[in-house]
This record gives sequence, C-alpha cells and structure tokens, in this order.
Amino acid sequence: MEFQFQFDWQAAINSIPYLLKGVPYTLLISFGGLAIGFVLGIIFGLLSINKKWFLRWPATAYIEIFRGTPILVQVLFIFYGLPDLIGNPIDPLTAGIAAIALNSGAYISEVVRGGVQSIDKGQTEAGLSLGLSRSQTFWSIIWPQAFRRMIPPLGNQAIVSIKDTSLFSVIGVGELVRQGQVYIANTFTAFEVYFVVACLYLMITLSLSLLLRLLERRGLASV
Amino acid sequence: MTQIVQMKGMNKYFGKLHVLKDINLTVEAGEVVVIIGASGSGKSTLIRCVNGLEEYESGKLVVDGNELAPKGGNQKALAEIRKEVGMVFQQFNLFPHLTVKRNIMLAPMKVKKASQVIANATAERLLNRVGIGNQADKYPSQLSGGQQQRVAIARALAMEPRLMLFDEPTSALDPEMIGEVLDVMRELAKEGMTMMVVTHEMGFAREVADRVIYIHEGQIVEEGKPGDVFDNPQNERTQAFLSRVLAH
Repeated sequence: MEFQFQFDWQAAINSIPYLLKGVPYTLLISFGGLAIGFVLGIIFGLLSINKKWFLRWPATAYIEIFRGTPILVQVLFIFYGLPDLIGNPIDPLTAGIAAIALNSGAYISEVVRGGVQSIDKGQTEAGLSLGLSRSQTFWSIIWPQAFRRMIPPLGNQAIVSIKDTSLFSVIGVGELVRQGQVYIANTFTAFEVYFVVACLYLMITLSLSLLLRLLERRGLASV
Repeated sequence: MTQIVQMKGMNKYFGKLHVLKDINLTVEAGEVVVIIGASGSGKSTLIRCVNGLEEYESGKLVVDGNELAPKGGNQKALAEIRKEVGMVFQQFNLFPHLTVKRNIMLAPMKVKKASQVIANATAERLLNRVGIGNQADKYPSQLSGGQQQRVAIARALAMEPRLMLFDEPTSALDPEMIGEVLDVMRELAKEGMTMMVVTHEMGFAREVADRVIYIHEGQIVEEGKPGDVFDNPQNERTQAFLSRVLAH
C-alpha cells in the first residue's frame, strides 16, 4: 500500500478562524506578563547592583531561581501548587501572566544590570560633579543611555516570552497552541493546523522584530 | 583674602596604597594653582577629593567654608560643595544622549531649578563664550575633541562655580586641538576664576599659574611661583621630573 500525504489547504484555511481566537490570549499573556516583568526587571536589576548586601542578595536569589528553573515547572507550580498554599484556585490566565512576569522579570533584571553597568563611570562622575543628586544622575543621565542599549536584548526577551506562552496549553489557557489542540481533536488535521499555528507565531514575532528594528534605528540615530 | 580650598594633613589610601600623604594646601579666591607630577603621583586624586569624587581617610578639608568630613563622616556638605565646584575631565564625559545645549542646561534646571528660558539663555551665552555658539544643537559625538572639551567647560560654568577643577583637560586631545582649550582656560583665569589644574602642559603652567605644586608619590615636595619652580627647583625630585618633561 502506498502512502501519500497531501497537504490539505482547505483544512488549513478552515482552521484559521478558530485558531485566531487564541491569538488575543497569547498576546495578553505575553505582553501583560512582559509589562509586569519589565517593572520587576527594573526593580530587581537595580537592586542586584546595589551596594547594600541585604538588597542585593534577595534580588540575586530571585534572578537565579527564575532563570535556573524551567518556565513550565514555574507555571505548573503557580497553577497547581500555589492554590494549596493560599487556599484559593488561581485561574489559568492569571497563572500564565504571573509565570511570564516572574520568568521574564528575572531575565530582564540581567538585561537592566548589564545595560546600567555598561555606562562609563565618567558619566556618573560628571553628573555628580555638576551637583546632581545620585538619583538625578541616574535617572537623567545613566538610565536613558542604558535603556537605549537595552532595547535589543529586551526585544529578544519579548520574543522568547511570546513563544514560552505556548507551554501554557498544559494549564488550559485558550492560547494558540491550546486552540490548535482542541481543533485537531475534532478534525485530525494535525499537520495543517500546527503549520498554521507556527505561521501565526511567526507573524507575531516578525512584526515585533520589525518594530524593534525601527526603534533601534531611531534610538541609535540620536546617540 | 578668602580661602576657597583648605587641606590640612590630608591622607588618602587605595586599600594599602598610601596615595596622598599629609597634604597641606590652601587655594585663595582668584588663584590659579597648577599641579604637576608624574602619572600615578596622586595629582588627579588630590583634586578629585575637593569635590568628593574620592573620599579621604584622615585630615581636614574645607571647600568654600563647607567642611567635608573624611570617609565615614558627615557628608552633608558634599551637595553644597558640588554646586560651587565645577569639574572638567580628561575624557570630557559629555552626555552623549543630549545635545550640546541640553548638556549645559541639565544641571541648572535640575539643581538650581532654573527655568527652561533662563537655562537656554545661559547655555547660548556660554557656548558663544567658548567659541562654539553655532554647534548648540549637535550631539557631542558630532564635535571634535577640542570642541567637546570646550562644551564640557561651558557645562561646568553654567552652574556659576566658585572654583573650577581641571583634571588633565588636554591629555586626551590631538595636539592641534590643545591650544583652543588652553585659550579658554587662559581667559577664565584672566577673568578671575579660582582654578586647580592638573596638567602636563608646562608652558601653560608657567604662563597662567599663580602657583605651581609638584607632587611626588602622594606628597607635595615643591610649591612656589612658576618661575621659581621651573627655573630654580629646590627638590632634586622636582629637578629630575622637570628635566625629563622639559627636555623633549
């Protein structure tokens, strides 16, 4: 018996409306999580280079823990584990956003640390010598320069986090992959559907890359 | 006369290294003091102590009436001192993300809460004074080294300092640009600015300094009028240093 596989374009196209329902969830979890992760990254990134050990150590611990464990374990822990502790169930969407926030926050902390430390200390000295306070020096001189250098690695992290949300199908969030799985269960068109799922991810990440490229160009032009 | 800087028995260490040894030095208002010495002698460290970029371990330091305590002591005076002391660095340290004019406007607006209009007018006046009024809207990277250092001088002057510190202001410049920076400094001295200058430009020191100080391994070993120090140095280390730098 000869086996011949035929890509079923009609099946692929038919799946699109259903799969598209997952896109808002994917975007909400990634960008919601990344927004919180960015705030966490600034806080813990700056704490991790603080001179005071009792600020630096907890920040370093946070970074190491969330960089050193798989995000899948983190989200399972939040979704199935934490409710035991707090006595209330956590809905999958919240768990997903929290996982992306905590995980990307750890990586963004390192991006922030690297960005800030890459600025020449002469910049700080110039600010201080002009009479600016430490915080004025930081926020008006160091941070704007550091942030510009942080844009490429931040974009990288955003792309990683968007793809990480695909793992959250395991906790039943109706994101892209989950939608795909449900659709396939009814139609048995795995090849076509996962192909469309992959394309949709690619469209999201490529648009982001493009946007970042533009941002970078504008940012660098003025340095 | 008013004493702008007063150092008494100042000592500074980098770990075990004793970089400033029992420094006694006063600078009067309007005086130009040039500090010379080999690299690593502690001359930069000395002027960096004046505005607290370096802390010292023992002794006494008073800047324009504000006493700055040694390391670990009360540093309250520091904010006041930094408002009154301008500094120019070897590497310019301009802010690359701001235009030339914004570089100059930043401190008056943030520290003195000057209005945008006032800060802008000050910046334009100072840029004209250092001869680059037409470069105001460029970014530092678009300027030559000499122009950048003149912007740095204007930036420090915008805070209307009582004292200016110059830390090897021409050492990072191409030879043909040294003159334009020294000209600005010469003008400043003529107008009565109190200045402490660390430099290897002996011609400038001889011409502009009221007093020359030679530092050797963290100690002031010779101090006097430029004519005396350059033509008739008393200490043999000064003689050796000068014969090395003036011989070429």
